[in-house]
Amino acid sequence: MPRTLFEKVWDNHVVHWEEGKPALIYIDCHLVHEVTSPQAFEGLRLAGRRVRRPDLTFATIDHNVPTWSRLLPILDPTSKTQIETLEQNCKDFDVTLFGLDSPHQGIVHVIGPEMGLTQPGMTVVCGDSHTSTHGAFGALAFGIGTSEVEHVLATQCLIQSRPKSFLIELEGRFARGVTAKDVILYIIRTIGTDGATGHVIEYAGEMIRALSMEERMTVCNMSIEAGARAGMIAPDETTFAYLEGRPFAPAAFEEAVNYWKALPTDEGACFDRSIAIDVSSLAPQVSWGTNPAMVTDVTGEIPDPDSLEDENARKAARRALDYMGLEPGTAIEEIKLDRVFIGSCTNSRMEDLRAAATVIAGRKVASNVRAMVVPGSQQIKQQAEREGLDLIFREAGFDWRESGCSMCLGMNPDILEPGERCASTSNRNFEGRQGRGGRTHLVSPQMAAAAAIAGRFVDVRQWEN
Amino acid sequence: MKSFSKLDAIVATLDRVNVDTDQIIPKQFLKRIERTGFGQFLFYDWRYAEDGSLREDFELNHGRFDGAAVLLTRANFGCGSSREHAPWALLDYGFRVIIAPSFADIFYNNCFKNGMLPIRLSEQQVEELFERARSTDGYRLSIDLEKQTISDEQGAQFRFDIDPHRRESLLKGLDDIGLTLRQEDRINEYEARRIQFQ
Ligand code: SF4
Repeated sequence: MPRTLFEKVWDNHVVHWEEGKPALIYIDCHLVHEVTSPQAFEGLRLAGRRVRRPDLTFATIDHNVPTWSRLLPILDPTSKTQIETLEQNCKDFDVTLFGLDSPHQGIVHVIGPEMGLTQPGMTVVCGDSHTSTHGAFGALAFGIGTSEVEHVLATQCLIQSRPKSFLIELEGRFARGVTAKDVILYIIRTIGTDGATGHVIEYAGEMIRALSMEERMTVCNMSIEAGARAGMIAPDETTFAYLEGRPFAPAAFEEAVNYWKALPTDEGACFDRSIAIDVSSLAPQVSWGTNPAMVTDVTGEIPDPDSLEDENARKAARRALDYMGLEPGTAIEEIKLDRVFIGSCTNSRMEDLRAAATVIAGRKVASNVRAMVVPGSQQIKQQAEREGLDLIFREAGFDWRESGCSMCLGMNPDILEPGERCASTSNRNFEGRQGRGGRTHLVSPQMAAAAAIAGRFVDVRQWEN
Repeated sequence: MKSFSKLDAIVATLDRVNVDTDQIIPKQFLKRIERTGFGQFLFYDWRYAEDGSLREDFELNHGRFDGAAVLLTRANFGCGSSREHAPWALLDYGFRVIIAPSFADIFYNNCFKNGMLPIRLSEQQVEELFERARSTDGYRLSIDLEKQTISDEQGAQFRFDIDPHRRESLLKGLDDIGLTLRQEDRINEYEARRIQFQ
């Protein structure tokens, strides 16, 4: 029987399954960070259990680290405790930690692929919803809660019901100034924040095949924002070329590639659902509300909640506009900004930084805007510095920071003040996400960079580099 | 894991769609390294004004919901971040049952791990419960997991669906990790045939 990519990866990981029950599936790679793991390690300790496969478990510190100089102390005592707790747990349970002094430290979903830990056909989990990022390699990768983190630590397995499958076919080539971020924002805008609940999405089609690995990661990263259990993209030559030579890539590379080549969805395989989207005329996308489906074209305007049919949606849109301090009918390009944030596991990789730098080169950040760049990892930061991107950003007036999650969720000191409006390359515009009362607009790195210079949103397709 | 079989309790309503886990428990409270003590921070930014006073415009602050253990809400509850701190906070505040037309996957899963029961009903049934909760002071619901029913004193009764495996573990309060560890032979056997490249 022809099978989908997801089905192949699932079938290969079933340790045990009885009809009508959830399956016990094996986990190849477990990524751990400081915020969602302390209670899991504590659970192990209380039950006198060990980590079954420390060799398949990798930890980093990313969520609450300050992004100012690593030489400065961490002032917040609770953050400090959480960091020290992870350090101690990794020591006690023999888990590899890419800590604050490691040249490989970074956002967990950035460093997994960067080090070649994420590979096609694997199961990857992490106590973090954006684990969907790793699906870009044709891995089945999903976020789990802390109880499940403990379960994986103790057993290297998870009890899971098999999700349904959802094919999203993307056709056409997007225009200059339009990016993978705009594509995924448009998908979420189309299917809604619960459009893929209970499903694993496979992104396919001519457009996906043309994307780089970094762009594919941006797409898969936000699958969770459509409610999906995971997002996946079939591995191909682009995937193999990216992986070759990475520290944890298989030494028997050819052998691995032969296995990986058999993973893509077979001709004639069935999906539970499917849709097709043509991106040829897609415009840069900007979110206007408080969830990632409240999105419109940069050339559009703030919608009128009264025009919505559903009563609950109307109420939600009214609340959102009230929180965002926006009026229906306002042109997106008239919206002025206070802050710009380039970073997060969605858009903080080399291609993102290069694209943003190209937009700002030789220009200055608008006087009403404070802008910052937070590279996704130490490796990216160093590479960007080798390419002189830090200078371009600094000369334009951007803050150039150490790696971490930073203002994607504001667990560290990088936060918005109440009422501040921010163009952000991150993935969530929930109320208070970047700081209590802060107002987030999700955009691509190019759009964020142009907005920093103009002090308001501009259509980056018209931008002269 | 805590078990759950029956509950009769006051119902609190939260009439909003797409309530995300960032609202249920904002990030500044995720720094604790314990599982307890999160209830005081539940819906923090909605419950409290800047100056720390209770906000009257937030439903859960209404005295009529004091002591509620059932939360009635709208579609896609618990979307966003995977933080298990969200069910921890709801539980610590006093909720054992959450009723909504739909839940986000990770949140739904996390509830069971903490002896909480998320119940999916149709939009129409949820709407009907909202109306009853609005018009009846101290509105209560009885939930019976064994029979998979929800009922009130005025004669409303709905059956709800739940995966039989989840129902069983919740009724018995089974320890998933302990159960999986009993399958160690199978895990060893899988590891011996597992596909991996050096
Ligand atoms: S960058 Fe943001 S979304 Fe990504 S892991 Fe960090 S906090 Fe989560």
